Formats: sequence, structure tokens, C-alpha cells
Amino acid sequence: MNNTILIGVGNEFRSDDAVGILVAREIRRRHLGEIRILEFEGNGTSLLDAWDGADNLLIVDAVNAAAPPGSVLRFDVSQSRLPVHLFPQSSHGFGVAEAIEMARLLHRLPPTVFFYGIVGESFENGQGLSDRVLKNIPDLLQMIEEDVHSFALH
Amino acid sequence: MKNRVVKVDTLARVEGEGGIFVRINEGKVGEVKVRIYEPPRFFEAFLRGRDFTEVPDITARICGICPVAYQMSSVTAMEDALGVTVEGPLRDLRRLLYCGEWIESHVLHIAMLHAPDFLGYDDALIMARDHPDLVKKALKMKKIGNDLMIAIGGREIHPVNVRVGGFYRVPRKADLTKFLDELRWGLDGAVELTKVASTLEFPPFEYEYEFVSLTRPEEYPMIGGRFTSTRGINIAIKEYEFYFEERHVPHSNALHSVEKGFGPYYVGPLARFNLNFDRLTPRAQEVARELGVLPPVKNPFRSIIVRGIETIFAYEEAIKIIEGYTLPDAPSIAVEPTAGIGFGASEAPRGTLYHRYRIADDGQILDAKIVPPTSQNLATIEADLRRFAAAHLDLDRETLTWKLEQAVRNYDPCISCATHMVTLIRE
Repeated sequence: MNNTILIGVGNEFRSDDAVGILVAREIRRRHLGEIRILEFEGNGTSLLDAWDGADNLLIVDAVNAAAPPGSVLRFDVSQSRLPVHLFPQSSHGFGVAEAIEMARLLHRLPPTVFFYGIVGESFENGQGLSDRVLKNIPDLLQMIEEDVHSFALH
Repeated sequence: MKNRVVKVDTLARVEGEGGIFVRINEGKVGEVKVRIYEPPRFFEAFLRGRDFTEVPDITARICGICPVAYQMSSVTAMEDALGVTVEGPLRDLRRLLYCGEWIESHVLHIAMLHAPDFLGYDDALIMARDHPDLVKKALKMKKIGNDLMIAIGGREIHPVNVRVGGFYRVPRKADLTKFLDELRWGLDGAVELTKVASTLEFPPFEYEYEFVSLTRPEEYPMIGGRFTSTRGINIAIKEYEFYFEERHVPHSNALHSVEKGFGPYYVGPLARFNLNFDRLTPRAQEVARELGVLPPVKNPFRSIIVRGIETIFAYEEAIKIIEGYTLPDAPSIAVEPTAGIGFGASEAPRGTLYHRYRIADDGQILDAKIVPPTSQNLATIEADLRRFAAAHLDLDRETLTWKLEQAVRNYDPCISCATHMVTLIRE
């Protein structure tokens, strides 16, 4: 099997922003074969090192989008950029989208990259996901499992 | 150009969420506001009732970029309250951990956040396209800082290994000496980066600032010391609140600090450099002299060079500490709770961070006060915007907006740290 890494991005203490971290933990619990799992908060530049050497990269994060909270979005970022509007007010100077594009420019992006976004409802300080986000996590997990399964077949 | 408003709703390339607002009326600069709209943080209230031992882990959460600063100011304040002092190899290890944070934070700011301003780039990505080797090198230099934080702090984002009295576990010498080659490489990289930074074009913009920094006779300031300033303040950390105060301003969730009876002051790399030049490590001093960058540096746009010089220092200091490291007798010294009040301060990459705690005899925190560097600089940032706009009314809107944003980034502001609630609802 190819070398696969899944990175859950977010802040556990900012409501729905925690979803990436929580999904990463759930995937770890399910033991989907040889897959590295990383929980990530902080500055995007460290992401380039985190996925160094991977063939398949999966990133999960909460996003802002003109879609109802809880909507699950999946982007193949191997060839094209992430829509910029997903992170209108990144609270980091250099976030996930910048890290992906910088890696692309520096030829440090893995050959296969999928980004899974789940539209958040609240990013306030505090713990706990909103109901609408919580309800759609199973869909997101299934999507990730199918992708991981398809890597295993190749 | 007579009446206009320069408005940046969301500042890019700063930590946290903030904006700037400058009104120009009849050819004069009117209202100037740095607006902070990160949700207020309740850390000071949140700390009340917690055990004194929890303070480094809770306060590290205030910032993802400078958690070490929060840990160092908080543990030294607690140790002050408990009447103990951490010295020798344990203190050296704390400085080494701090070097890691200075390296990662400074390199990020120089190469990714600030340099694009001077080069006319919108963001670090265009820089990566045009100068891939420089950016690759900067990323590697930054990673060395992160790795050092992992080796000593347990992890890079919110280190978990720091405790009141020392550490939970300490590295063996071999855990540290393995970094020496990379650190020596990084040191050369920092010299190169600083030299590149010095060739940038800087707008003429000098001012007689009141610089404030910690100072210790034997070392370049990181942890503890005395507050010193350009105007001659020289006070113990516990006297800080007699000389400085925080004021609430309506347009911001962050407080503005001022020096009592004087006004805005300036903390950060320029202040440290101007007040402590002689205590820099040899190579850092040598490069500064070679580039003709000598104190007092009074142009905040040139802070990018001084950050470079401090990065050289951080690499040199890290090498020195590792070379001289001996395994401490124990990972921490014993601390017993006792009622008291303690004061602590340390130099975060972006400036001085002050903490005060009052604890009960069972170690419960009764009261906490945290004054982050960015709230100390906010009044100065607004004054800079006013002066800069007034001197450049002839610039077109787009250029002026760009330059004003750059003037804010001179301070590497960390807006997430600076915001906290002013009026607390008391039980």
C-alpha cells in the first residue's frame, strides 16, 4: 500500500473548528490499515514537513462556505487550488490553503491530495460541535474510508 | 485625495483577526483605529480557581505561535509567589526552549509575513515562486526551531513538558547534541537571511520612541531581569504596574497599555536590541556592525533586520547552551503551595509579556493578570499609522493602504494574544 497520511486541522477550543481534529481521532480509532494520522493546530508552514514523503495526503478541516452548516465538501487538490473563500478569516498568518500552494510551488506536494471540508456553524471559543456538523460526520467518515480503500487497491 | 478613508477589514499576515481604519479629512489625518475583533478571551477569569500547577498548560493555549512565552512568564511568576528560583541547567533548558520559539517565530515573520511587503508581493506564495531557494531555506531554518521545541517541550504547538519548578522530564545530552549540526547550518542561514533583509528598501520613518525591554546584566534578555527603558526606567518586574497601565478603548477588544505620565511605548526586537546590544552573542554583534545596524534603531520598518540579528543570536545561544549542557540533578525543584503574590515577565518574540498571580495557601489561583506584548504596542502602532499617513497623503489609496498594513506588520502583532475582556463579571 502507498504511503498515506491524514491530517485533521483545527482548534479543539473553537467549537466547530474542532471537527478536523475529532475526525482524525475517529479515523485513528477505526484502524484503516497503514495510515498515518496527525492532529494539527498552528502554523501552516509546519504542514509541509508533516506530509513530507507521503504519496496520498488527506486533509480534514472546518470551512466557511455558502452552503448550509454541516455540508461536506471534497476537493481534489492535486491539480487545482482550493477555493480561497473557504478560509475568509484564517486566524493564522499562513494557513492550510497557503501551505498547499506553497508546497505545490516548491514541488513538495504529494501526488494525491484530497481536502475534505465540513461547513462550520460556530467558531466561537468553547468546546462542542453544533448539531448540524455532528449529524454529517458519518458521511464525511464514509467518504474518507472509500478514498483510503481506493488507495489500497492501487 | 482630500477626504478619504483607508480601511482594511481583515489584516493579512498577522496572527489573529484585526483591521485598520484611518480617516483623512480635508487633507488631515482624523480618526485612526487598529480594530481588534477576535472574540474576547477570558483567560484571566478562567484561571481563577485553578491550581497553581496548571498555569503553564492553560496559558500556553493563549497563543499557537508563542506558547513558550506564556509558559515562561507564568511559571516564573508562580515561582516568585512560592519563593523559589529555578537556576543552573534547568534555567538554561528554559532558555534553549525559548530559542526554539524565537527561531520559528522570527524566521516565519521575516521570510513569510514581512518580506513580501518590501518586495511588493501580495503574499509569501509569489515569493516562493520567484525565490524558491530562499523560501525552502527559511522553511528548513524554521523547522529547526520547531524541532528544538519538540525535543524540550514535548511538542511544538502547546509544549506540555514545562512545570512550575522546572520540567517534567529533561533531555539527555545526546538528545540535544544531535541538533548541533543543524543549528550551525541554521546560524549561517540566519546570517544570510539577515543580509538579504538589510538590502530591502526602507521608508524613512524615524521617531523618538520610548523603548521598553527586560534587561539582565549577564545575558540578552529572554526570561526575567528588570524593566528598563530609553527614558531611564529601571525597575523590578514587580513594580511594572506602578509605571505602566492598561486602558480600555472602545474600538478594540484588546487593551492599550501606556507608561503612566508619559504615553505609548514600544516593546519587541527593536527595544531589546537598542537596550541590550552589548549582550548579544558575538556573531550577532559582528553582523550588526558589518551591516551598520547599530543602536538606536528608530525606524520600525527596519525591525525586519533586527529580527534577523536576533535569529542569529538565538541560533548561537542554542549552540552555546547545548555545548555546555549538563544533565540537571532532577527535572524540577520541589515547590509547595503557599499563599502569596508573584510577578513574572519574559521576552516573547514580539515583545515583553507580563504576568501576575495571587494564590491561596492551598495553591488555588485567586487572581491573574496577563499583559501581552501586542496590547503594549497597540497605542504605538496607532501613533505610527497616524504619523505615516500624515507624511504620505500624496500616495494613492492602494499604495497608502499597503504601506499602512506594512506599518502594522512591523510589530509582528499577535492579535489573538492581545484580546481579552476588560470588564469581568464578578461573582
